[in-house]
Amino acid sequence: MRAVTWQGKHKIEVMDVPDPEIVNPRDAIIKVTSTAICGSDLHLYDGYIPTMRHGDILGHEFMGEVVETGPKSTLEKGQRVVVPFTISCGDCFFCKHDQYSACDNANPATTSDMSETLYGYPMGGAFGYAHLTGGYAGGQAEYVRVPYSDVGPIVIPDGLEDDKVLFLSDILPTGWMAAENAMIEEGDTVAIWGCGPVGLFAVQSALLMGAYRVIAIDHFPQRLELAKRMGAEVLNYKETDILEALWEMTGGIGPDACIDCVGMESHGLGIDNIADTIKAATFLGTDRPAGLRQAIHACRKGGRLSIPGVYGGMADKFPIGALMEKGLTVKSGQTHVQKYTRLLLDLIGEDRIDTTFLISHHGGLEDAPSLYKHWHDDQNEYTKIVLKPGMQGTKAVA
Amino acid sequence: MLPDDTNAEAPIRKDDAPPVASRDSDVKAAEAERDESAVVGRTVTIGLPREEVYAFWRDFSNLAGIMENIERIDAIDARRSHWVVKGPGGKTVEWDSVVTDDEPGRLIAWQSVEGSDVKNSGRVEFLDAAPGRGTMVRATIAYDPPGGTIGQWIAKILQREPNLQVRGDLRRLKQFLETGEVTSSASPSGRKNESPTEQAL
Repeated sequence: MRAVTWQGKHKIEVMDVPDPEIVNPRDAIIKVTSTAICGSDLHLYDGYIPTMRHGDILGHEFMGEVVETGPKSTLEKGQRVVVPFTISCGDCFFCKHDQYSACDNANPATTSDMSETLYGYPMGGAFGYAHLTGGYAGGQAEYVRVPYSDVGPIVIPDGLEDDKVLFLSDILPTGWMAAENAMIEEGDTVAIWGCGPVGLFAVQSALLMGAYRVIAIDHFPQRLELAKRMGAEVLNYKETDILEALWEMTGGIGPDACIDCVGMESHGLGIDNIADTIKAATFLGTDRPAGLRQAIHACRKGGRLSIPGVYGGMADKFPIGALMEKGLTVKSGQTHVQKYTRLLLDLIGEDRIDTTFLISHHGGLEDAPSLYKHWHDDQNEYTKIVLKPGMQGTKAVA
Repeated sequence: MLPDDTNAEAPIRKDDAPPVASRDSDVKAAEAERDESAVVGRTVTIGLPREEVYAFWRDFSNLAGIMENIERIDAIDARRSHWVVKGPGGKTVEWDSVVTDDEPGRLIAWQSVEGSDVKNSGRVEFLDAAPGRGTMVRATIAYDPPGGTIGQWIAKILQREPNLQVRGDLRRLKQFLETGEVTSSASPSGRKNESPTEQAL
């Protein structure tokens, strides 16, 4: 089959690889019909994530048709499914407590040691996201092996086209959980750093959860425009002093909840000596938490901080004083996708959530190298890219 | 609190930590069933009752599918079993092992018989985890790092850090008992020499 592979920093190659096969009884094989490039794929593209290996198949947002099932899969051939990016067994303590991304069994024994060393306990499993999370082949390919297929994939009813439901795999539940983690109450002002896909879905989710107003922060005009269309007030940090603006807009109280939808590659900070030491010791780049720092500073006393943005290592000059003295509550984590897919599919079905506004470009698998480059370089114009295996050429979506 | 049968030379524990967490190598070494010099240990929680985890382990032949370097374990009688362990270059090393302690639902201890090429012993305890969380399985493996010619050959078998081996084996046990399968990320890649059905590192 054809697959999009990682060949080093800023090197993407589409190549022939063997087809996946059923390995374990609960497996299924999916023929991919749509697969998106995620903002977090840029962290891989930029070489920020350790334990990538040359030849790894990328992609963790995908959906398709079930073409093969193991004896213990509950899926049936021919079903259309969206596959969560988190691989979860459904049986361990964490899965039973709806903490699917913390699954204790989905990361194979051979790859668990790395994250155990980094974080104290092994991470769960994920598709196409380095060997820290298991080294599973990703979804930017014609076919994918899906382990524990009786737990993750959600069957899509006929009549809902791919573009409407594909984002159930990651960014829609991630935006939703980001807002849920902000513990929004009636009358709340919610400030959101980053208007990428997760930030935009967090805007939509926060308003659905009853936020009084949502203030979205970015510097790409096109992305701010999308946030405005979703119902947010917007701030461009290149034009505006964000802390001053938030003080003024909230009458000196500050946002009740702040959401960092930016993550480790935030703009605006260098790397100092201590960071280099840590970098050498852990093979991890130092995270750049400029957005997160600002969010902690801006948040009201006793407010809530939600961090869906991806971080991997250490952060320097983390304002722990502001966090403690103001008594902030922090919630974070990789998304427990399986917890939200049913609810969000229903909201899509009722037209209460729209995800298609986000897609700026469609392309085939063969277009992946150039589309990764655009996704990296032209973030204003390229707001979301969906690959359709078999499609010829790239198309901008009107 | 020390058990009654502790001999006088046993080091005194200064806190409630399990012995394998001790910084004092004497405390660790005292955990060996015999007088082996190297001891590794690990605890993992499995969401099943103690009796079920015990029963799975007590049938040693079950362990071959779980433990990475064990080719097979054949029962000889109720207490004795024959272990065949993978070595370098497709060769194997074998020994007989005898159960020295067996408390159903609570503990199994075993050791290689006198004269084995690899002198080793092990103990696995099954403890109640916090309510509703199943069983804490605490494995302690002791062995003598071998010397001599045959010892050097065997050393290659033990090349992998034994701590890693125990950790990995207990993870596989947990996966199998909780999910019914040993988790594998075997899948295609653009690397020429890898099979899509074999677990890669």
